[in-house]
Amino acid sequence: MIYIFILAIFTGVEVISRVPTVLHTPLMSGANAIHGIVLIGGVIVLGRAGDNGVLFALGFIAVILGTLNVVGGFVVTDRMLEMFKAKPDAKNEKAK
Amino acid sequence: MTHDQIIAAIPEAAYLIASLLFIFGLKRLSSPRTARSGNLVAAVGMALALGGTFFLSGVGNFGWIALAFVIGAIPGWLLAKRVKMTAMPQMVSLFNGMGGACALFISLGEWPREMGFNKIDIDKLATNLNIPAQLSGFPERLAHGFPMLLGIVLGSISFTGSLVAFGKLQGLISEKPLRWPFQQAINVLVLLGILIAATVAVSSATDVGIGIHFNMADPHEGLYLIILVALALLLGVLQVLPIGGADMPVVISVLNSCTGSAAAVTGFAMHNMSMIIAGTLVGAAGSFLTVLMCNAMNRSLAKVIFGSFGAGATGQAAAGSADKTLREVTANEAAIMMGYARLVIIIPGYGLAVAQAQRLVHELDELLEKRGVEVKYAIHPVAGRMPGHMNVLLAEADVPYPKLLDMEEINPEFEQADVALIIGANDVVNPAARTDPGSPIYGMPILNADKAKNIIVIKRGRGTGFAGIENDLFYNPKTRMLFGDAKKALQELNTEVKAL
Repeated sequence: MIYIFILAIFTGVEVISRVPTVLHTPLMSGANAIHGIVLIGGVIVLGRAGDNGVLFALGFIAVILGTLNVVGGFVVTDRMLEMFKAKPDAKNEKAK
Repeated sequence: MTHDQIIAAIPEAAYLIASLLFIFGLKRLSSPRTARSGNLVAAVGMALALGGTFFLSGVGNFGWIALAFVIGAIPGWLLAKRVKMTAMPQMVSLFNGMGGACALFISLGEWPREMGFNKIDIDKLATNLNIPAQLSGFPERLAHGFPMLLGIVLGSISFTGSLVAFGKLQGLISEKPLRWPFQQAINVLVLLGILIAATVAVSSATDVGIGIHFNMADPHEGLYLIILVALALLLGVLQVLPIGGADMPVVISVLNSCTGSAAAVTGFAMHNMSMIIAGTLVGAAGSFLTVLMCNAMNRSLAKVIFGSFGAGATGQAAAGSADKTLREVTANEAAIMMGYARLVIIIPGYGLAVAQAQRLVHELDELLEKRGVEVKYAIHPVAGRMPGHMNVLLAEADVPYPKLLDMEEINPEFEQADVALIIGANDVVNPAARTDPGSPIYGMPILNADKAKNIIVIKRGRGTGFAGIENDLFYNPKTRMLFGDAKKALQELNTEVKAL
């Protein structure tokens, strides 16, 4: 697992090493959505809580928070990026 | 393969593909043309990883999981869809905080399973996976509990830190750097308290009682974890409160990679490959992104975190400005200056975004172009409140992409510009960054607006900028001030240009 950890560090840095300034904000937002992967941990805690009340409560809250992170993160990022993409098309249509 | 083996392989396969999709998505996110699809690719990866998790053995409670999804997804969706583009940075911060809190709750939830604290009746749990045979010896227990402790601490710091950052950007908490006596000493004490609480929590986690033994009765075992959480939450607040609003983008980026790391260590605790990979990716990419941002602002990370922005500078600058005069201009005069210019460079800042006047700028741009005036936009790397924020805001108002020029491209052009129109920007054109070594923003690359033949500044009031620093550019003999809200000022300006 340590190997994977180290490889992931290099991958993380390498993958974004040539990002233009313009994309810093969307990229941060996208990365923000990806660390919503903690949601999976929440699902596991809740899924394996059995009838233990404390674990159930912790897992339940974790899943709610994780879902907020994932859904909100991806949707906000998409909204930001939508503007980068839509603009040249909209402009062309107006020009015609 | 038997049926059971196939079922058991599903999560691993899903996690593998999901991890590849995350890497691929992140890669696509770093180029403007592919960015949007990159985000979708990552979202598909997330759905896949989530789906695979349901096939893990021992996972039940599906109805409750679905309910929690719905409760989280609806506000997440609504908030993300409805938030104004100007308020985006704090929204990212808020979602980041949710992720941090999620990691915190998971680590707490995994603790009893892994450490057997408080003698939760293990048999009552749905399964007894991952239960260590017997954790004897403090080092072994520490090694076992370390990822969870780290998850608790990082998650807590992310949670409260992000909420404070949210509060500052939203204006709920003062944007000014807050300072109090013995700040660093208090932080060190809290950190020390965290270490002690963590140690005690580990050593009292089982009834084996080896290593540092505080001989606490069983019911108190959970108490140390609660103290640990409280201290870590406090540290998050204490770390972010003293940081000024101008440095918030960097703070959000740091906290973002903090949550990523929390996800990764939680993944270690739960032996979950996808969490380790995705969390580490974000942790590493986030840290790297933080460095890139700091470079763009020419701020060292240490200065952002340990020295607050603009703390000592406001007083001295205010004293020095008494004998300087601001030259005001009317909308009519400003319109004449621009209407008969050859090249106008517009420098948009956060004030423009706050006033929601992006479309009016675009209108002004079109009016001027109709008169044969060339119009360009100079985008400072940190214009707005985050790198790239201004591009997003102007793109929203249909300003053509090629007209937005980066600092390096536009700076040599200022000398040819007849008018530099500064709208709601301040620190990014402050010549003190070039000339005054005592200024907190000294060394930050700025837009050379002062090289233009004329400078028009649209500004709401006479106050200092976001970073709280006085700007000499406003007292430059070439500068004319057009006071007023960006929206109102631009409306007047547009009317005057039309009438020319």
